[in-house]
Amino acid sequence: MAHPLYDNALVKWVDHRMPIFSLYRHSLGDQYPAPRNLNYWWNFGSLAGLVLVTMIVTGILLAMHYTPHTSMAFSSVERIMRDVNYGWLIRYIHANGASFFFIVVYIHIFRGLYYGSYKAPRELLWMLGVVILLLMMATAFMGYVLPWGQMSFWGATVITNLFSAIPVVGKGIVTWLWGGFSVDNPTLNRFFSLHYLLPFLIVGVVVLHVWALHQFGSNNPLGIDRKGPQDSIPFHPYYTVKDMFGVGVFLVVFAAVVFFAPNYMGHPDNYTPANPLVTPPHIVPEWYFLPYYAMLRAVPDKLGGVIVMFASIAILFVLPWLDTSRVKSASFRPIYRIFFWILAIDCVVLGFCGAKPPEGIWVIISRLGTLWYFAHFLVLLPLLGFLERPSPLPQSISEPVIKGGGAIAGARAAPMEKA
Amino acid sequence: MAGGSTTTSAHAGSHGSSGGGDGASRRDFLALTGNALLAVGAGSVGYAFVDYMNPSADVLALASTEVDVSQVAPGMSITVTWRGKPVFIRHRTAEEIKAAETVNAKDLPDPAVDKDRVKKKELLVLVGVCTHLGCVPLGQKVGDLRGEFGGWFCPCHGSHYDTSGRIRKGPAPANLEVPAYDFVSDKVIRIG
Repeated sequence: MAHPLYDNALVKWVDHRMPIFSLYRHSLGDQYPAPRNLNYWWNFGSLAGLVLVTMIVTGILLAMHYTPHTSMAFSSVERIMRDVNYGWLIRYIHANGASFFFIVVYIHIFRGLYYGSYKAPRELLWMLGVVILLLMMATAFMGYVLPWGQMSFWGATVITNLFSAIPVVGKGIVTWLWGGFSVDNPTLNRFFSLHYLLPFLIVGVVVLHVWALHQFGSNNPLGIDRKGPQDSIPFHPYYTVKDMFGVGVFLVVFAAVVFFAPNYMGHPDNYTPANPLVTPPHIVPEWYFLPYYAMLRAVPDKLGGVIVMFASIAILFVLPWLDTSRVKSASFRPIYRIFFWILAIDCVVLGFCGAKPPEGIWVIISRLGTLWYFAHFLVLLPLLGFLERPSPLPQSISEPVIKGGGAIAGARAAPMEKA
Repeated sequence: MAGGSTTTSAHAGSHGSSGGGDGASRRDFLALTGNALLAVGAGSVGYAFVDYMNPSADVLALASTEVDVSQVAPGMSITVTWRGKPVFIRHRTAEEIKAAETVNAKDLPDPAVDKDRVKKKELLVLVGVCTHLGCVPLGQKVGDLRGEFGGWFCPCHGSHYDTSGRIRKGPAPANLEVPAYDFVSDKVIRIG
C-alpha cells in the first residue's frame, strides 16, 4: 500500500516526483477502501459531482453568448435559444441541471439523515455539506436572475428585500446589494459576476468535503464502524462501476427531461421580459426553494419570517449535537425511522404550500409544517436518544452477509487477494 | 485579523522574555505597531472595496424626476418611474379623502395621520413598492383589486393599503413610503 507499483516508466518517474497517481488511487482508486455494504443511496454524492461539472462546463459556454445588461440580457438568452448552434441544448442542460443538482443533493442529504451520516466522527463533513448547500442556493438564485424575465426580476426583488428586515442597517444593506435604489443594471452585472464565481467556491468546498470524507471513509447502511479488512472492498473497481451504473440511470432521466419537458420545472412568466413597474400576480420561486418560501410566509411578521427561513438551514449545522442517539442508522432506530419519513413528507408538504397563494388553509398548513420541522430537530431528536430502544446492532458489516462462523475466516482472505 | 495579531505578539513576547528582557521588548513594540498599521491599511482599502458596490455617481444623478400632474383627473392614478421604482400619483376623490381622514391613527399598525402624508389633500404621492418584500401593489389601473380598504393591494403576500397608502392588513410592516417631493408650479411636482 505504501509503495504502489506502476508498470509504466513515465508514470513511475512522475509519481516519484509528484505522487499524483498515488493521490488518485488513494482518493478514488484501488487503494481507497470503502465499506462493502454501500447501497444505491450512496450513489448521489458522485452524481452531485457530475452535475457540478456539467453546470460549470455549460455555464462557461453560455457566458460566451450572454450579455449581462438589462437592455440585452433577455434577448441574448433568446438568441442563444434560436440562433446559436445547439444553444437550446446547452441552455436547457444548464437550466434543468440546476433542478437536478438540487434533486440529487436533497436525496444525498436525506440519505445522510436516514443513516445518521452526520454523527461523530463525521460532523465536519456534514457541516461542509451544509456550506455547499448554501452556496448552491446563492448560485441558483443569482443564475435565475440572469435571463432577466419577470420572475428573474421579481424573484431578485423579493429575495434581496429579505435583508431589509434587518433592523437599522437593513435598508442600507439592500441598497448596497442592488448598487442602486432598485434591482437594476448594477444588480444584474454583479449577479453575473458572482454567479460565475460561486461554482468555483463550491468546487473548493467539495474538495474539503471529500478530504473530510476520506479521514474516516463513508458511513454505511448499518451505521457501524468497519472492524477490519473483511468489511471493506476497494473503491475501484467495485464502486466506480456501481457509480457508473448510477450515472447511466441518472442520464436517462436527465436526458428525458432536457429533450421532452425542458420547461416543466420552469415558470412561463420568465419568458416575459422584466418590467419593473408590473409585478406578476403570483410570484413563486423555483421548486427547490418552495419549502423555505412556505416557512417565510408562515410567520406573520416580516423579520420573524426571515429569521425562521434562515434558521431552517442553520439548524442543520448543529444537527450532529441535537441528535443524542449513539446509533447511526435508522434501520436500528424503530421510532426515529417513522419520524424520518414524517419529516420527509413535511418538507414535501411545505413545498406544496410554498407554491400556493398565502391564503386560507395553506397558511395554516404552512404554519403546522414549519412548527413540525423545527420540533423534529429541536424536540424529537434530543429526546429520542433517551426514549428510544434501538434494536441490536450486528457484530460487524460482514457478519450478516456471511452466515455461520466458519465462513468468516474464508471471507477474510478473499477481499485481501483482490486488494 | 485580530487573531493573527495576538498570536504574533504573543510569539514575539515569549521571545523577548526568554531573551532576558523585562516586560515589553522592542520586538513587542514592532509587532504591535506593525499589526496596528496593517489593520488600518486593510480597513481603509477594504472600505473602498465595499463602497465600490454602493450606488455610483450616475445612478445617484438620476435621483429626481419632474411630473406634470395637471392632467390627472379626480379618481385617476398615474405611475411614473423614479430611481427605477414606480411612483403612484393618485388624484383622490372626496370620499377617498374622507375615508383616509376619519381613521383613528392610533389603531393602525404603522400610525400616521393622513394630513402628514400629503402636500395637497387631493394629490397622494407614494413610492409604489410594498414595504414587505418590494412587489408593486395593484390598484393603479381601473379594475385592479384595491384590497379591503380601497387603496392598494399587494398580490405577492396579501398586504392591504388604504386610500392614504397606510398598511391596514397583511405582512407588510410599514406604510407605503411618501417620497420627498415639491410643487415646482401648480401643475408640476418634482420627486426626489
